[in-house]
Amino acid sequence: MDSTLFHYLDYAVYGTAILVMLIGFYGTMVKKSLLKIVISLSVIDSGLNLLIVTIGYYKGGTAPIFSPGFLKNFKDVSKMVDPIPQALVLTAIVIGFGVTAVALALVIRLYRHHGTLNIDEIKNLKW
Amino acid sequence: MKKVLVILLLAVLGYYTAATFFDIGFGQPHFIKGLEPVKDIYLAQTVKTLKVSNAVTSIVVNFRGFDTLGEVTVLFLAVTVLGSVLYKKRHEVGERSVLFSASSIVTSGSKLLFPAIILLGAYVFIHGHLSPGGGFQGGVIIATGFLLMLLSYENYSVSHTALSVVESLAGITFAGVGLLGFLHGGTFLQNFLPTGVLNNLFSGGIIPIIYIAVGFKVGAELTGVIYTVLHEKGQSNG
Amino acid sequence: MIYFILICILFLLMIGASVYAIIQKDLLYAVMATGIISLILSILYYLLQAPDVALTEAAIGVALTTIIFVITIRNTVRMEDESDKKEKFKSAVK
Repeated sequence: MDSTLFHYLDYAVYGTAILVMLIGFYGTMVKKSLLKIVISLSVIDSGLNLLIVTIGYYKGGTAPIFSPGFLKNFKDVSKMVDPIPQALVLTAIVIGFGVTAVALALVIRLYRHHGTLNIDEIKNLKW
Repeated sequence: MKKVLVILLLAVLGYYTAATFFDIGFGQPHFIKGLEPVKDIYLAQTVKTLKVSNAVTSIVVNFRGFDTLGEVTVLFLAVTVLGSVLYKKRHEVGERSVLFSASSIVTSGSKLLFPAIILLGAYVFIHGHLSPGGGFQGGVIIATGFLLMLLSYENYSVSHTALSVVESLAGITFAGVGLLGFLHGGTFLQNFLPTGVLNNLFSGGIIPIIYIAVGFKVGAELTGVIYTVLHEKGQSNG
Repeated sequence: MIYFILICILFLLMIGASVYAIIQKDLLYAVMATGIISLILSILYYLLQAPDVALTEAAIGVALTTIIFVITIRNTVRMEDESDKKEKFKSAVK
């Protein structure tokens, strides 16, 4: 029984990440407020980063750090989790913060100029 | 009507994404049989030639060092764009957008916590090649410490000149260490220093130097972002 | 078994927080929900054997992104539909 449960858990990780991503996409397409769109973009970022880290995971793997205990006991490099997606996501999170900061600065600027954040009143950008 | 259309579109998108990722499988080694995966080569080189304990650090700084240089440049551009979008006249500088003054518990507590946070950040980026952490994490922790001080003291100010000097010096160190590889007779960002012994503080060649520079640069840039946004003057309705 | 239940609670909390962040009209509550997403995400990164990414996400997602959103809401509007922004904002600030 335990093994089937863990089998479902495999799908649950990918399912959660994709679902969070799709919820963020829904927010960007439907919502009218500019701030809400930026919040949705940050939600998409979260789901995408979880998806990329999940690809590199191995069952029973250890974190990619050569501690003295690892070197004494295991000595097998292939037991480690894939470090490349982690390095990519590490830089993607910092870049995502920069992108969010610039987007919010533009939102403040637009509010100062137009007096509203509703995207219909600013311009007919929506479909 | 529009919402139904969006949900249909997203259902199609989600179905194909999910099918792709369920095919890959969770936690299985998904490589072609007979070929050595690139992660094994990276991990073996990390521990044998570079003598670095943290494999993520060696990938970020050594194997993908050019990528990191570009990323730090993108962060610098983000700070520049932020400053130019939220520009203001000189006599308006200094008005804080957060109106409330903090209570005395917060002010004295943050004075006590601030050196500890800075010390933690410095520890994280100096030991980036030995333990989890590194330049990006340490820089972000240092920026969090400055955020605490900016929120609790109303007239606490960070000098823009000092921030830009620290940032420029860190960037020059990164590029200069990369160029020294050229002079040594190799390629840009080549690891030319002796690598030392595994799990020592002085090991890994140029990796600790570059990660310390990245830590200073990220800390200065994110502090600049917070300072700029926090000093944005409120609109008339606030 | 207990591990399975805990992980499932984390997943459900994450999906619930993201739905709440999208449908909530009060933007300040929506921003707090994104902070909760980042917190759960850093726990999941730790369980997926990625301590470096967990450190970054905890520092950036929980602290810096949330505070920047809060300052922007302070400078613009708090409600999504903006029809009664004056009264709502004054009652929120006082």
